[in-house]
Amino acid sequence: MKVTLNVNGEGRELDIDPRTTLLDALRNHLDLTGSKKGCDHGQCGACTVLVNDRRINACLALAVMHEDDEITTIEGLGQPGALSPLQRAFVQHDGYQCGYCTPGQIVSAKGMMSEFDLGWPSNVSDDLTAIPDFSRTEIRERMSGNLCRCSAYPGICAAIEDAAPEEGLKNTKAAE
Amino acid sequence: MTEHLKMDKVQPRMLDETGQGAIHKPMTRPEGPLKVSGTATYAAEWSLPNMAEGVMVRAAITKGTCEIDESSVKDMPGFVGIYTDRMVRNSAQGTMGTNPVQPEGEVHYLGQPIAVAVAETLEQARDIAQSLAVKYTPADGAKTVMDDSTEFEDDDDPVDMGDLDKAMSEAAFSIDSLYTTKPHNSSAMEPHAAVADWEGDRVILRGSLQMLGFNKNELADSLGIDVSNVRILSPYIGGGFGSKLGISPECVAAAVASKKLGRPVRVVLHRNNVFEMITLRTETRQRMRLACDADGKLTAIGHENWQTNLPGESMAEPVDVATHFLYGGENRRYGQHIARLNRSASGAVRAPGEAVGQLGLENAMDELAEAAGIDPIEFRVRNIPEKSPESGLPYSSNALAQCLQEGAEMFGWSGRKGPKERLEGEWYLGMGVASAARSNILMESRANVTLNPDGTALVQTDMTDIGTGTYSILGQIAAEMLGIDPSKVTVELGDTDLPEASGSGGSWGAASAGSSVFLGAKGIRTKLAERLGCSPEELRLQDGVATGANNRRPLAELMDGPITEEGHIEPGSTSNDFEQAGFGAHFAEVAVNKVTGEVRVRRMLAAMAAGRILNAQTARSQVWGGQIWGIGTALTEEIQHDRRTGHIVNNDLAEYHIPVNLDVPDLDVHFVDERDDQSNPMQIKGIGELGLSGAGAAITNAIYNACGVRVYDYPATPDKIFPHLD
Ligand code: FES
Ligand code: FES
Repeated sequence: MKVTLNVNGEGRELDIDPRTTLLDALRNHLDLTGSKKGCDHGQCGACTVLVNDRRINACLALAVMHEDDEITTIEGLGQPGALSPLQRAFVQHDGYQCGYCTPGQIVSAKGMMSEFDLGWPSNVSDDLTAIPDFSRTEIRERMSGNLCRCSAYPGICAAIEDAAPEEGLKNTKAAE
Repeated sequence: MTEHLKMDKVQPRMLDETGQGAIHKPMTRPEGPLKVSGTATYAAEWSLPNMAEGVMVRAAITKGTCEIDESSVKDMPGFVGIYTDRMVRNSAQGTMGTNPVQPEGEVHYLGQPIAVAVAETLEQARDIAQSLAVKYTPADGAKTVMDDSTEFEDDDDPVDMGDLDKAMSEAAFSIDSLYTTKPHNSSAMEPHAAVADWEGDRVILRGSLQMLGFNKNELADSLGIDVSNVRILSPYIGGGFGSKLGISPECVAAAVASKKLGRPVRVVLHRNNVFEMITLRTETRQRMRLACDADGKLTAIGHENWQTNLPGESMAEPVDVATHFLYGGENRRYGQHIARLNRSASGAVRAPGEAVGQLGLENAMDELAEAAGIDPIEFRVRNIPEKSPESGLPYSSNALAQCLQEGAEMFGWSGRKGPKERLEGEWYLGMGVASAARSNILMESRANVTLNPDGTALVQTDMTDIGTGTYSILGQIAAEMLGIDPSKVTVELGDTDLPEASGSGGSWGAASAGSSVFLGAKGIRTKLAERLGCSPEELRLQDGVATGANNRRPLAELMDGPITEEGHIEPGSTSNDFEQAGFGAHFAEVAVNKVTGEVRVRRMLAAMAAGRILNAQTARSQVWGGQIWGIGTALTEEIQHDRRTGHIVNNDLAEYHIPVNLDVPDLDVHFVDERDDQSNPMQIKGIGELGLSGAGAAITNAIYNACGVRVYDYPATPDKIFPHLD
């Protein structure tokens, strides 16, 4: 069936099988292979994209469900030569090894920051109504949906902390 | 021209003299911008014109035969074909170089690949694969469990030195313990994938593979074609950890289907397929017998193991590999026993042998140290032998004592107390230590190095980078040797049309492929020295300028065109005449919940001695990886087989628990400065697996130190701890 997806600010027309996931639409039909498939089951986070600024697992969504949404993929955050602060920080802190989970980690980190800005608590927040603290433990908890078998977690956390001010993170205790 | 070296004798420490400053220190990865922007292309991401999509079909019985009924699906939308020819049973074992078993309609385990369903789109192929009718004829006699009634084959002649039983009975202190570990899955984040296309009789395969030199032979053999008709491309690989050492079923399936169809075919394994069709680490039972005298000197070491594999698989987990050379003791006994089961094949997973063998050994050392009333670090230091205790060979280098002692100092080991003596809220705290050892290996490897007059350089080899940092270090080595900035070097990898390298595995990649680049660059240095009129020893190359014999010339003036040299390294007598291994010490502090038995790792330190460190940043990342794999091994990772069918019931990433971000505390890595002159011309040793060897044992030893519960059955899930807490 026909569907128009708005990806990285561009309208893209597609004629696809209704069973096509958002992830497969991006990877197999739009040549946007930056979003990775690690499990196809919502278990690894490699496929994380932003839909209207919220992070989701693109493998758990059907493309046709997202006709009117703003979709942002890793390609939309920055490209070689014009990397985003998060992308630069991942390179700087070796927040990866094989690089396969990396786009998902970066997009997820971006989405996580807007959740901080909205004051969302997490499973490790002491007070559910307070402004969350941008601490290592909070970052670790909130990034635990993104698996990295190369185990670059220390570099991933360091990169996120380093890039946060430049990414415009504001609403945290640390920024107060 | 080829600069060849067979490593028969110690080479000068050139990399301490070159002085460009391109090695040792941290350097970011040249391919980093591609990886962080999603523009590095992994195997499944090649989209070729008119490409068809394939999905694997798995066997639903444990043992027997199967017949595919193609007519059941051929009217489905998008149907292209069902192919069963030459289907391989499981991925090839590492360095096999020949085809894996091709069972031709027989089923040997549940989840085995039996066909590939090909259609116009992925959605259609998936539907067809699921709808395909298969007629099974089950056979009797399937074996799916290793227990006391299992028959075992003895895999190798048990070593028997001295009299272990006598030494045990006469010892001042001894322990005799049984440790068990569950099977482990590599779980590289990129599922195995292949895009096959034929140019006449030649297949071009884009795959996700670690060892292209072996893989091209495995693919050729599986297809029954000449190896000259195989080209494999694998420039980016989303993690390997042993799971991509050998050619895997989707490669053969894609190649067969593509040949029949005359069009490109892509086959990507589903995550469940990865768990079932790709080799995993065997479960192990390990009987540890250790004895020492009143002074804490080991008198006996026994390390016997039991494990499983499919019939016909040559690989056995070398569980006792490091036990042979790590500690002294005159009376020693080993033995390896293999049960042949109808379950997914066993093979190499990161640090085969050490990853599980050093759990048994290092836990047993902890037990014996405690029995003898000696601090575990002191106990280990006392038992480091002068030379390898069985072969009598000298160590090429052995900084184990230094790693243990420097690490203890850095970790604050003196603050360690006894079980249940540190309580914080409802958490007992404790510290543990374990030695790390991993054999060091050099493999034959080749690379071309080209220096251009403009001061840029090119490195070309079929070596792979599976996340280990090959792109970084090969560029750094060339830059250091040629006196140019690393940003001026382009590294091309992962193409079998390039000179054949060692491949990535066994922690030998940096040493082997690195040495070939070193040699190629050394050959170029010889040419430049000639042109400058000095000896190669006198030549200094720095920032694009050559100096020697009172001459100083920019490269552009010395060169009228590019110079290309092939570097070729081969292992020589230093591999046989020395016990070569990386050594290290792992430290862990854990908290054990006194109510639930839950374990949280608080911090870890790895003190590692792996010869010269080429890139402090990528090397540290490798060790982080090892430490974190240690957390998974110790606490969460276990494949569960259905006892009735051998089915892997937790065949996905939700149920097979690899460490997540919150499981990982702050990790420290300390490199002990070292040069290993016998290892290779760069004096380096492997680091990728050393960081895992023993890491899990440090954690379980810390659990004991925290709460007094010794876990013998890995992983140390709460159910194995809280019943024993009073
Ligand atoms: S591929 Fe979507 S979560 Fe794993
Ligand atoms: S970088 Fe390899 S899985 Fe994260």
